[in-house]
Amino acid sequence: MSDVIQLKAKDFVSNQTVRWCPGCGDYAILKQLQRVLPELGIAKEKIVFISGIGCSSRFPYYMNTYGMHTIHGRAPTLATGLKVTHPDLNVWVITGDGDGLSIGGNHLLHAIRRNVNINILLFNNRIYGLTKGQFSPTSPQGMQTKSSPIGAVSQPLKPLGVAIAAEATFVARTVASNVKHMGQVFKRAAAHQGVSFVEIYQNCVIFNDGAFSHATDRKTKSDNLLELEHGKPMIFGKNHDKGIRINEFEPEIVSLDDVAEEDLLVHNENSRASLAYLLSQMQYPEFPEPIGVFRAVNHPVYEKTLRKQIDDSIVQKGVGDLHALYNSGNTWTVDADGKTVADPIS
Amino acid sequence: MTEPKLVEYEDIESVIIRFAGDSGDGMQLTGTQFTNTSAIFGNDISTLPDYPSEIRAPAGTLAGVSGFQVNLSSADILTPGDEPRVLVAMNPAALKANLPDLQRGGVIIVNEDAFKKNNLRKAEYDTNPLEDDSLVGYRLCEVPLTSLNRVALESIEGLTSKEIDRCQNFFALGLTFWLFDRPLEISMEWLDKKFTKKPHLAKANITAMQAGYSYGHNTETFQMRYRIKAAKLNPGHYRKITGNEALAMGLVTAAQKANKPLFYGAYPITPATDILHHLVNYKNFNVRTLQVEDEIAAMGSTIGAAFGGTFAATGTSGPGLALKSEAINLAVMLELPMVIVNVQRGGPSTGLPTKTEQSDLMQAMFGRNGESPVPIIAPATPSDCFETAIEAFRFAVRSMSPVFVLTDGYLGNSSEPWLIRNPDDIPPIEVSHPTEANSDNGYLPYLRDPETMARPWAIPGTAGLEHRLGGLSKQPETGNVSYDPLDNERMNRDRVAKVAKLVDIIPDQEIIGPDEGDLLVLSWGSTYGAVRSAVQRLQGQGQTISHGHIRYLNPFPANLGDLVDRFKRVAVPEMNLGQLVFLLRGRYGFNHEFIPISKIHGRPFTIGELVEKIGALL
Repeated sequence: MSDVIQLKAKDFVSNQTVRWCPGCGDYAILKQLQRVLPELGIAKEKIVFISGIGCSSRFPYYMNTYGMHTIHGRAPTLATGLKVTHPDLNVWVITGDGDGLSIGGNHLLHAIRRNVNINILLFNNRIYGLTKGQFSPTSPQGMQTKSSPIGAVSQPLKPLGVAIAAEATFVARTVASNVKHMGQVFKRAAAHQGVSFVEIYQNCVIFNDGAFSHATDRKTKSDNLLELEHGKPMIFGKNHDKGIRINEFEPEIVSLDDVAEEDLLVHNENSRASLAYLLSQMQYPEFPEPIGVFRAVNHPVYEKTLRKQIDDSIVQKGVGDLHALYNSGNTWTVDADGKTVADPIS
Repeated sequence: MTEPKLVEYEDIESVIIRFAGDSGDGMQLTGTQFTNTSAIFGNDISTLPDYPSEIRAPAGTLAGVSGFQVNLSSADILTPGDEPRVLVAMNPAALKANLPDLQRGGVIIVNEDAFKKNNLRKAEYDTNPLEDDSLVGYRLCEVPLTSLNRVALESIEGLTSKEIDRCQNFFALGLTFWLFDRPLEISMEWLDKKFTKKPHLAKANITAMQAGYSYGHNTETFQMRYRIKAAKLNPGHYRKITGNEALAMGLVTAAQKANKPLFYGAYPITPATDILHHLVNYKNFNVRTLQVEDEIAAMGSTIGAAFGGTFAATGTSGPGLALKSEAINLAVMLELPMVIVNVQRGGPSTGLPTKTEQSDLMQAMFGRNGESPVPIIAPATPSDCFETAIEAFRFAVRSMSPVFVLTDGYLGNSSEPWLIRNPDDIPPIEVSHPTEANSDNGYLPYLRDPETMARPWAIPGTAGLEHRLGGLSKQPETGNVSYDPLDNERMNRDRVAKVAKLVDIIPDQEIIGPDEGDLLVLSWGSTYGAVRSAVQRLQGQGQTISHGHIRYLNPFPANLGDLVDRFKRVAVPEMNLGQLVFLLRGRYGFNHEFIPISKIHGRPFTIGELVEKIGALL
């Protein structure tokens, strides 16, 4: 008998009918994850999907794994409680821009800073879909929606900037229409020890169609995306003729006709958060938008440190004994004659 | 030491002492030390800390007064007592804030050094109460505590003047020990242990305590000492325990009895935080505590842990419970077992954070959207919190439901002697997690046990039982999302029936006194001691009256309705404006005469006021 777990994508398909709108970007993400999971070598029963509320949060129902469809914004809290008590499980949080960055912003920050070994996938479509089209925390300023007929007033959040500010140890971005890239990013996220945060550009065909056309359009995407590769200079463009250089702490686009490759910014996933943060601020149309792994560093993993405290405590005090616990501190004995005698302090 | 004078002993049955000072004066510690020694001496004890929500309100002001009351007795006592007989007041504000509670003729020990112009002004005294006639009728003992303490400690090297003055409370403690003929050794031992790394501070506090004791011995300030004989406690092994400590131990015990790790997710909130403080020290019992970003996360993480098969609990107080409501409803929908402790405090809103109330009964019962039945249990005494925590887990596992434990600030912080349980006598909590499919169609997560109406608890990691839970309305048995009207009604009714079925294991309501008649008193939670004492006092006066103390608030015991039927009137003392009355009326009808006896002072009932109010109904 082999220990190698042989699973196929179809093993991860649940018996529930998928009910996203035809053409929704979520389909590609679901399919790709079902394709990638068998490659991880993790038993199906060890995998758990936990989501909040929103279109993307229906995800767990469609995965034939353990799962919970919870309440708005709170999925990271349930995932944390599960993972710290069951470190052997492979836990995925599915969230969206509204669920994760609006109502659940606080939980997202803290799940990230704790560095629990979970994978958080944020489907960013820059709109509230399930409530039928209101601006979300990632909607661009000025965007006209049902709740902002003359334009959204507030400034959008950049999901990766938020994650990096919270010291995320693994940060990546991918595009739902680029299934190959997405698969690679999922595998990297799953392999990372600690929290993995992945932003997925996902198109909402009904309420915000084309929000990411700059990153998906066959003709223009090479000029608008910068595919990050660890240790490689940052080169992009259809003809690989443009690069990113740092000039007085700011990125700038240069032509490879004018600037040598050695002078370009070289990607380093392990560098301090400042490089990843700088990359997270690069936005279309001013810059190509980076995709791939922004940051991957090793920090202590929450549940492992917690486990160590328990193990150390057992070494120090011995395995917990209820007799000893109840009888700790000042105790006294009343004998059959009603006489009281103090016991020595234990 | 020579005997300078002959001081007579007065033998008394019991005494109520209150220590009061600034919140930085160490009055809680002084009271606790006095209680420890008295408990070990064999008195029955009951304590009530009363402290402000400000950590260090401006020194000397009324807002900053912190008090600790202890009732010592040679007889069985159930409350920290009504009116103190002895008040130790470290400054004018402490005197002013506590004098109204003191018995006429009671003993006042004051630090006369603190009765200076500035402090008198801060305490809003126009004239010095030690010099006018406002304390006539009390036995006033003026002690120059600050200066005596300074003299006593002047020879100890390495002490700053601040450190010297901070030993004043131990001087006062030593004097009180003398007054009540108590040994110093237990506190000495405690100080040595506490200040292992700072032996000069141990020495300073011990010296101050001894100086206080000698002061009582050598001066003629006191004409009387008091002796309280040991109480006739049942033979056995005892310790002092607060409600919050008992609760923490109960949670750990429940988990151990089920061979489970304990998870406790919490956000700091007064007066529940001590439960977390205790549990963090129990890591060697495989206790995993998680201090999270907010109350919602505390509830969410608790649900996550429960999904994984862990014994999961969270603790909070009223405002925190409000934040948790949405997540509790998810737990109701997921049908996962967990325990939610609410150490109630004065409300609404931020209310009285450090004071007690019983005003979250409605919140626990109804504070969620939709039909959301949750079992509720309320302990009666600090040590009963231990039993309740264990019982709550039994209920949770049996009904696959979150279960509320409603304690309050008074129970949480008060202490009493606890006849230490033998853990081996506590029955195990049986938990089963399926490992195989429960139907021909595979694993059905909502296939109910006909006896308990509970669903099975399959946990992640179990091959073949993969399933999804969620907050959406669902189909019976499969748990699949369903908006079918009949499915929705059936699942709602099933959840209600499941909680109601707990009545099968809830013991019948007991009462003391005749089992039918004119007046039944019904109470719940922390009022037990005061209500029971008041009823017994009235019975002792020849009155015909009965008392039942309700532990199970949802569902009620099966016989409660019958009991209510057998009395003409039912009086219900509560630290709220009639929440149990509302539930009783709702359940047993408006034909009955329910009489609320309400108090929302942020303080427990006194026996005296209950005797008066219940007595007036007879």
